[in-house]
Amino acid sequence: MITTELEQLRAEALASLEQAETLDALREWRVTYLGRRGRLTQVLRQLGTIPPEERPRVGAVANRIKDELEAAYEAREAVLKEAALAVTLAAERVDVTLPGRPVDLGGYHPTTLVLREITSAFAELGFQVVEGPEVEWDYYNFEALNIPRDHPARDMWNSFWLTPGGTEAERPMLLRTHTSPMQIRVMEKFRPPIRVVVPGRCYRYEATDATHESMFYQFEGLAVDEGLTFADLKGTLYAFARMLFGPERRVRFRCDYFPFVEPGCDMSIDCSHCGGQGCRVCGGSGWIEIMGAGMVHPQVLRNVGLDPDRYQGFAFGGGPERVAMLKYGIEDIRHFYANDLRFLRQFRW
Amino acid sequence: MRISLRWLNDYVQINLPPEELAHRLSMAGLEVEAIEKLGDFWDSIRVGRVVRLEKHPNADRLWLATVDLGDRQETVVTGAPNLREGVKVPFAPVGAKLIDPAQGKLVELRAARIRGIESRGMVCSEAELGISDDHSGIMILPDDAPVGAPLREYLGDVVLDAKPSPNRPDWFSLLGIAREVGALTGQPVTEPPAEYAEAGPPVGALVQVEIADPDLCLRYCATVITGLKIGPSPEWLQRRLRAAGMRPINNVVDVTNYVMLEWGQPLHAFDLDRVIGRRIIVRRARPGERLVTLDGQDRALPPDALVIADAERAIGLAGIMGGANSEVSETTTAIVLESANFHPTNIRRTATALGLRTEASIRFERAIRPELTVPAARRATALILELAGGQAAQGMVDLYPGQKPETEVTVTAAQIKRLLGTDIPGPEVHRVLGLLGCRVEEPEPGVYRVRPPFWRSDLNIREDIIEELARIIGYDNMPTTMPAGPLPEPIFDPRRDLEEAVRDILVGCGLQEVLTYSLVSKTLLDLFDRNGAPEPLRLVNPMSAEQEYLRTSLRPSLVNTLATNRRRGEVGPVKIFEIGRVYWARPDDLPLELKRVVGVLSGPAGPRVWNRPERELDFYDAKGVLETLFWRLGVDVRFEPGTDPDLHPGKTAVCLVGNARVGVVGELHPRLIDAFELRERPQLFEIDFERLAELPRNSRAYRPVPRYPAVEQDIALVVAETVPAGRLVDIVQGTPYLERVDVFDVYTGPPLSPGEKSVGLGLVFRAPDRTLTEAEVRQLVERLVRRLERAVGARLRA
Repeated sequence: MITTELEQLRAEALASLEQAETLDALREWRVTYLGRRGRLTQVLRQLGTIPPEERPRVGAVANRIKDELEAAYEAREAVLKEAALAVTLAAERVDVTLPGRPVDLGGYHPTTLVLREITSAFAELGFQVVEGPEVEWDYYNFEALNIPRDHPARDMWNSFWLTPGGTEAERPMLLRTHTSPMQIRVMEKFRPPIRVVVPGRCYRYEATDATHESMFYQFEGLAVDEGLTFADLKGTLYAFARMLFGPERRVRFRCDYFPFVEPGCDMSIDCSHCGGQGCRVCGGSGWIEIMGAGMVHPQVLRNVGLDPDRYQGFAFGGGPERVAMLKYGIEDIRHFYANDLRFLRQFRW
Repeated sequence: MRISLRWLNDYVQINLPPEELAHRLSMAGLEVEAIEKLGDFWDSIRVGRVVRLEKHPNADRLWLATVDLGDRQETVVTGAPNLREGVKVPFAPVGAKLIDPAQGKLVELRAARIRGIESRGMVCSEAELGISDDHSGIMILPDDAPVGAPLREYLGDVVLDAKPSPNRPDWFSLLGIAREVGALTGQPVTEPPAEYAEAGPPVGALVQVEIADPDLCLRYCATVITGLKIGPSPEWLQRRLRAAGMRPINNVVDVTNYVMLEWGQPLHAFDLDRVIGRRIIVRRARPGERLVTLDGQDRALPPDALVIADAERAIGLAGIMGGANSEVSETTTAIVLESANFHPTNIRRTATALGLRTEASIRFERAIRPELTVPAARRATALILELAGGQAAQGMVDLYPGQKPETEVTVTAAQIKRLLGTDIPGPEVHRVLGLLGCRVEEPEPGVYRVRPPFWRSDLNIREDIIEELARIIGYDNMPTTMPAGPLPEPIFDPRRDLEEAVRDILVGCGLQEVLTYSLVSKTLLDLFDRNGAPEPLRLVNPMSAEQEYLRTSLRPSLVNTLATNRRRGEVGPVKIFEIGRVYWARPDDLPLELKRVVGVLSGPAGPRVWNRPERELDFYDAKGVLETLFWRLGVDVRFEPGTDPDLHPGKTAVCLVGNARVGVVGELHPRLIDAFELRERPQLFEIDFERLAELPRNSRAYRPVPRYPAVEQDIALVVAETVPAGRLVDIVQGTPYLERVDVFDVYTGPPLSPGEKSVGLGLVFRAPDRTLTEAEVRQLVERLVRRLERAVGARLRA
């Protein structure tokens, strides 16, 4: 009798559950059938009226039906929640093609970017960064570097003078024309072993054009110790060139003249633009000169009180703008310090 | 230095293609900057002879020229005024390529009918062949030109444009370059002939020479030629001078130039009849002395200038330029030919003082060797006799006060290895140095006693000799190793790290780094207050007024960068900064070079975006950047109202650490906004990097993470509008358990009375050892409000 009633209730409840289309209706259904005063509870209250020997069997049926209804409820709830979420999600759709909120973008000057690359490449080779004055004595810029007054090599570095009479002054002061005076200052301050790289501004009294600026940066390197050789110079610059321009680059050393080195050389890398075939970028030669270098001249060592029979060293110098021009394909050095934001913003890292 | 390979071939056989030769020279240190090919397009152009010249039947100014090419004859129409029967000319058949002087480019020659006559080819001007710009007539070839021969064989040339380094005066001569080529290729070098008959009277009977200042004149040689005839030089000589970039003048002057190019020894010919007293005195210029030089300039001679004088007056500026008063002219019949050597520094100083750099002075100032004087004088005398006739005097004047012992350099195998990092075998040392003309003895194995040839004034120390070995063997053939040995002790430089950190943080804050010129105009500098800086340093020789002074502040450069970008049409936000040096003059010393960080923020706050309201960057944007910077650096900075002459007095804050002022931030003063014609309100900040670097920094101190929750409480206070919000924050600081305080709101307007404002403070309380109770917090807030009330009359807003 009572089991029939339970089965009927089950059938009715399941049918009714199918009709519950909303979470509210579902909750109502739950109260109606499974609540404390719900229909199932009411039926179970009659359990007391049946004979005790039948109670376990009926009780088992009742529990099974209760579990079944609970499970059906949960399943239905999951379906409805899913549907409700789908509605919400659909309503929350945005136009993802609209631009994002911009993050403020800063940027580095290309000279900074390249100098950082250069100094960290040399750092890996054991060279430490130092800086020096841009306004210099003639002594450091020329004399101590084996370029005496009236030396024709002075034509290689036209200077901006700060003392009247220029080089004729008693103690001539000028804007340094290269970072090389720091060779002298470093050797005066530190004893070997020395390995430094010096970035900094330099100035030359020169008409400006696509490859010449009156203000530019240089990086100067100096290594002094017992037993450093021309082969070490080549090895160091070769390693540097490949760190900066890629492991596939070839390098070339040519004889060149700077009064403060002997032997002197310049280093070129093969033109990555044409692969060494010759093009506009490399002037048809297939090679691009990037640095001047050489073994520190014995007179320069003597000028700072180092014995050239004991110590030997090498020095090198180059222009970061030239490196940047190669790396980024910039055609005119005058862009660098004109600070046109349309130029500067192109260099992201 | 322009090197004609056809000419160079006189001294050394060139067995390499021009490109390869240029490459080898460049690798050895003589940089070849350009290779010019004369006649590379003359494929079918040949030497022809004009056998008949008739008037064009249908035109007054045209001619019909019949040209014999040896194997055939062609008739062409020409308008050239300078043709004659019998002359030899370059002939271009149909299909040849020629330069069209009107367009300046190569065009192919086509058959044409000109006034009814067919013209099959052309006779050419120098311009059409690319030899010169001369298009006034047809090029007339020398009589020795072989009819029918390809013009390229007869006239074609390759010119290398090379840049000798200052240490190699020998590279300012073809013979010197020939010797280099010889060393590189192993070919022998032939010196040009210099034999002549000394048929005249002894030279001493014709001219007397005296060196009054032997410190400046190392050697003076001279020959005398009488009975010569001035006239034009032969075509071959003129052509060579032109190829070298010089202008032919007459046979005597041309020979002096030719031999200078050949030997590198400048020469000068004086008209003997204009040398008063037939005496030559080499002396310093007298005070106030003047000389009209060959270029027609009347020059006041600087003290210490060395002159060549006759018995009465200066007749030449030694080593630089001759005087007009003794110039060789058409009527000259006798000359003194000077081949001398002067002190390089003196020549350089005089040339610089007079602004007169000549082919002679650039050679002398590079210290050419006195040994060159005799062979150059002999060669030039022989050539003049050949080209201008006359009689050479017997012997040669040769005064040589500056004679020095021969240079000798000893270098050992061990020293070679020590410098190059590799052994060079003895036979190789002998071979290479021998190729260069050095005489090498080896008194004991591995010890080389080297006597460089006289033309190599640059070989003086053992490193010079070792470089020669490396460069001739080839730098690329030297070994490549990584340096060994101990690394130096680290140089501790926190300033550099700080600078890079500041740069990174500012870029992270959305600012673009700029690098501006250290040199600025006085006008730009003077727009800004001097701010304690000394007078700016002025260049003695500025290139322009725009770059005349070393800046004493970065502010002008940064504001100027903003203005320049606006003029270029930039309409978006401009947020820029620079870390750079300013230069503060000091008496009798180098200036202080101080680092500064200056930033400018101006214009719209960001690009126009659909979901963000537009606004202008203002004071608080700039201040926010500084707050971020100092926070990131771990520097505790106070911002207080301050003043700065370049900034808006009501919108300026100074950044203080203790009592030290490390920076300032504010809106640009309207005076400056006007001066730069800006239509915006730029915000500017400046940090004294030198002071910043001195400050203690605590960015790396660790504090334990709190274990108990915080209690947050917002309050709104009403105060007089004049009370700075910072004052309220300062007052509440120090309240027990107050962890932080944020100003989250500032409001003026109804229902507040005029002159009042409401400031919202967000308070965060936390105890380190327990959770604070609501009652405790209430009590703390009440106490805090009472303090505010007493200090600034604040009341809680309902």
